[in-house]
Amino acid sequence: MDHPPMDEQHYPFDPRFAPTHPPLSAHEAAVEAHRCLYCYDAPCIQACPTHIDIPTFIRKIATDNLRGSARVILESNFLGGTCARVCPVEELCEGACVLNAEEKPIAIGRLQRHAVDHVQERGLQMFTAGPATGRKVAVVGSGPAGLSVSAELAKLGHAVTLLEKRELGGGLSTYGIIVLREPVEVSLQEVEAVRALGVTVETGRELTNLAGLDALLDEYDAVFLGLGLGAVPAMSIPGEEHLIDGLQYIEDSKIAPDGLPDAQNIVVIGAGNTAIDAATIARRRGADVAMLYRRTESEMTAYRHEYEFALSEGIQYRFLTQPVRVISDGGRVTGVECVKMVLGVPDTGGRPSPRPLPGSEFIVSCDAVIKAIGQEKPALATELGLDVAGGYIVVNHDMQTSLPRVYAGGDCVRLRGTASTVMAVQDGKYAAVAIHQQLSQVQEDVHG
Amino acid sequence: MADLSVNFAGIRAPNPFWLASAPPTNSGAQIHRAFEHGWGGAVWKTIGAPVLNISNRYGGLTIGGQRLLAINNVELISDRPLDVNLREIAEIKRLWPDRAVIVSAMVDASPEAWREIVMMIEDTGADGIELNYGCPQGMSERGMGAAVGQVPEMCELNTHWVTSITKLPVIVKLTPNVTHITEPAHAAIAGGANALSLINTINSVMSVDLDTLQITPNIGGRGTHGGYAGPAVKPIALNMLTELLTDESVLKSGVPVCGMGGIVTWKDAAEFLLLGAGAVQVCTAAMHYGYRIVEDMIDGLSNWMDDKGFATIADVSGRALPQMSSFGQLDLGYQAVARIDPDKCIQCNLCYVACNDTAHQCIDLVAGNGVRVDPGYDVRVNGRAVADTRPTPVVREPDCVGCALCANVCPVDGCITMVGVPSTQENISWDALTAQRPEIATSWDAMMAYRKEQGIEIH
Repeated sequence: MDHPPMDEQHYPFDPRFAPTHPPLSAHEAAVEAHRCLYCYDAPCIQACPTHIDIPTFIRKIATDNLRGSARVILESNFLGGTCARVCPVEELCEGACVLNAEEKPIAIGRLQRHAVDHVQERGLQMFTAGPATGRKVAVVGSGPAGLSVSAELAKLGHAVTLLEKRELGGGLSTYGIIVLREPVEVSLQEVEAVRALGVTVETGRELTNLAGLDALLDEYDAVFLGLGLGAVPAMSIPGEEHLIDGLQYIEDSKIAPDGLPDAQNIVVIGAGNTAIDAATIARRRGADVAMLYRRTESEMTAYRHEYEFALSEGIQYRFLTQPVRVISDGGRVTGVECVKMVLGVPDTGGRPSPRPLPGSEFIVSCDAVIKAIGQEKPALATELGLDVAGGYIVVNHDMQTSLPRVYAGGDCVRLRGTASTVMAVQDGKYAAVAIHQQLSQVQEDVHG
Repeated sequence: MADLSVNFAGIRAPNPFWLASAPPTNSGAQIHRAFEHGWGGAVWKTIGAPVLNISNRYGGLTIGGQRLLAINNVELISDRPLDVNLREIAEIKRLWPDRAVIVSAMVDASPEAWREIVMMIEDTGADGIELNYGCPQGMSERGMGAAVGQVPEMCELNTHWVTSITKLPVIVKLTPNVTHITEPAHAAIAGGANALSLINTINSVMSVDLDTLQITPNIGGRGTHGGYAGPAVKPIALNMLTELLTDESVLKSGVPVCGMGGIVTWKDAAEFLLLGAGAVQVCTAAMHYGYRIVEDMIDGLSNWMDDKGFATIADVSGRALPQMSSFGQLDLGYQAVARIDPDKCIQCNLCYVACNDTAHQCIDLVAGNGVRVDPGYDVRVNGRAVADTRPTPVVREPDCVGCALCANVCPVDGCITMVGVPSTQENISWDALTAQRPEIATSWDAMMAYRKEQGIEIH
């Protein structure tokens, strides 16, 4: 091969974390592309939150126009490389494919990866910055929403400064997506692509308070907040200090896998997609893994295909099980005390609320416990004086917050709907359009 | 079980599937193996004038990942020594008395040359001779092959030289590289041909490699035209077959026609038989997949004939031919419309875009509430559930001209059917109409008056 594959690791690579879906060979891609019907007004386009013109990019693969194909993808979704790997395609484009009725859907995600890999492996940049407008925008957080809005604004000619508190850019794509789905390099390449558009990326820069926001508003014409969410919240149970944060566990598996605990018997608390990711890593490292969930299979927030994947990995599930105490001996975890739950009346979210069954306490032995029960809401939002609902930043259709010239997007605004990379990318696009309109308006006023 | 045996111009074979004169019939060892697989006959790769071949010889047509939808070749007639071929022909005929062994020949246009080769072929015990007037490449530049087939006088003369000296059935293989296929056919019949076969390959340049900018096949940095064959040529072959078999003087002569050109499966073969072929020849498909394909050809044809109640090949042969007509004889009053089965429709909307962009704009997209909608979607809505509420294509039957484009683009079998509907128009052919009212063919005013009478509205 002329070019190293994208997934060739510069970061430590554990062969046990080999990608779930290897890249398509050129032949496989051609066969699959030819299978696509090239529907008109295709449902996959609408099903994709970023509305990539899927039939067109697939047809370009079929005609050996891979560069053109990647351009179509990245025009609608600057993070097409990440989304090709992490999107829940069964719930989106592939789930809407007309061939579900007749045979099996087109492997849209894998075809998208084939096209985007082609340009990323060759370091080809598909876009150039627009003619400079003289307007400046600060973007806080370099996760998918921040990268997306930065890229779109740069294409429109605005000067963008992207502030990232961590050492590496990319946000959850870099730190929170397990290597089986996306290696660090793919995410970092997207940060580089933004840089190539002239965006100034400053890592190690954290926004912590209102004064910081005011300073940004003084210097920039608009500010976009792509703050993401926080750590896994505390469970407030005895032995809390022994609980491993699921997100931290995933991050370590990507950045510093040598530091992962060598436990053989791991319990994961939670049953969402992050819980499954953490469990998958633990399982691939050779541990027996049991997932504890206080409700039942039907209430899980994980995608159905993720649940099935977890089962196929040999991950055990214990439903209606609530941990109440981590048991340790001399600083070493030996088990989790749990209580059996019964389902009661629906809670505010519509799911039946579980309650403990008195006297049903039992112990699950294990030597490590990972918690993955969601993420803390962005505490900074309140600190900045933004309107929040349920802890999430309130935005309108244009991704505008309650503060003038301040926009937000990504997981930190995802009160409704499923938090996902692709939704964050689309938020970035909406925000870019709105910011561009606002800045153009201001410009006209000035000149008028 | 159907009887697949044929007697084609006196040449008998257990089935109508013969290998055409081409690389698959290059040697005795190959034909022996082909007969073991069940081929009913083989036309030996053309023997005759001395030749030297080149490489590369073949170019393939790939469409949508499908290989060898057509092949073109720059190969010449047999380059094996004449005596070796003749010895092997005799050996094969001795080993396989029940199979049709036909020898294709091509020599310089002289009675002496033909006499010499015909005598040698007769000595082998072969069942017949096929005169190769077809090859468009290599030999035609030397005054043989298509150079003979394209000039009716030469065709007649050469055929006569052969038929006047042999008792073996003589098949003349026609080149499609002519304007009217009937002209060389008439000449062959006048020259005493016992049978015709068609089509030989079509002149072609296969492709240009977009990396190297070289013509394919690339012969040491040069390219040339070659003979085109394979699945893509079948409709051309079927047309020429019907041109022959609807021609009065061909019919009067009673010569049978062996059909070839793009036959891959028993279905293709059945179509040639239905349009009047007495036997068929196959080349490209065997070159693609090997001799083994004949098993399903025999099996499939036999099962189909049983299903249809055909006992013999003669029952099938020409069965569909009477339908062949000319445009002027078609019924202008026949009307068909497209019907889309909503239960089978997968909403790919290929019918919609085809009709709207390139046909007659008579398919609407209709939402679940029965309201006609335009293509497009709400950008704020996403997820797989969007597929559940998609509008569905519906034909506006009064505006449908019955062109059948939608039925052809639809990817779902049986979803769009063309249905004959009662017509208010009179059932009359163009020939009959313009015989009665010749002004209709020359005056738009007269035409529009006729349309008004008949209630024909074209939008």
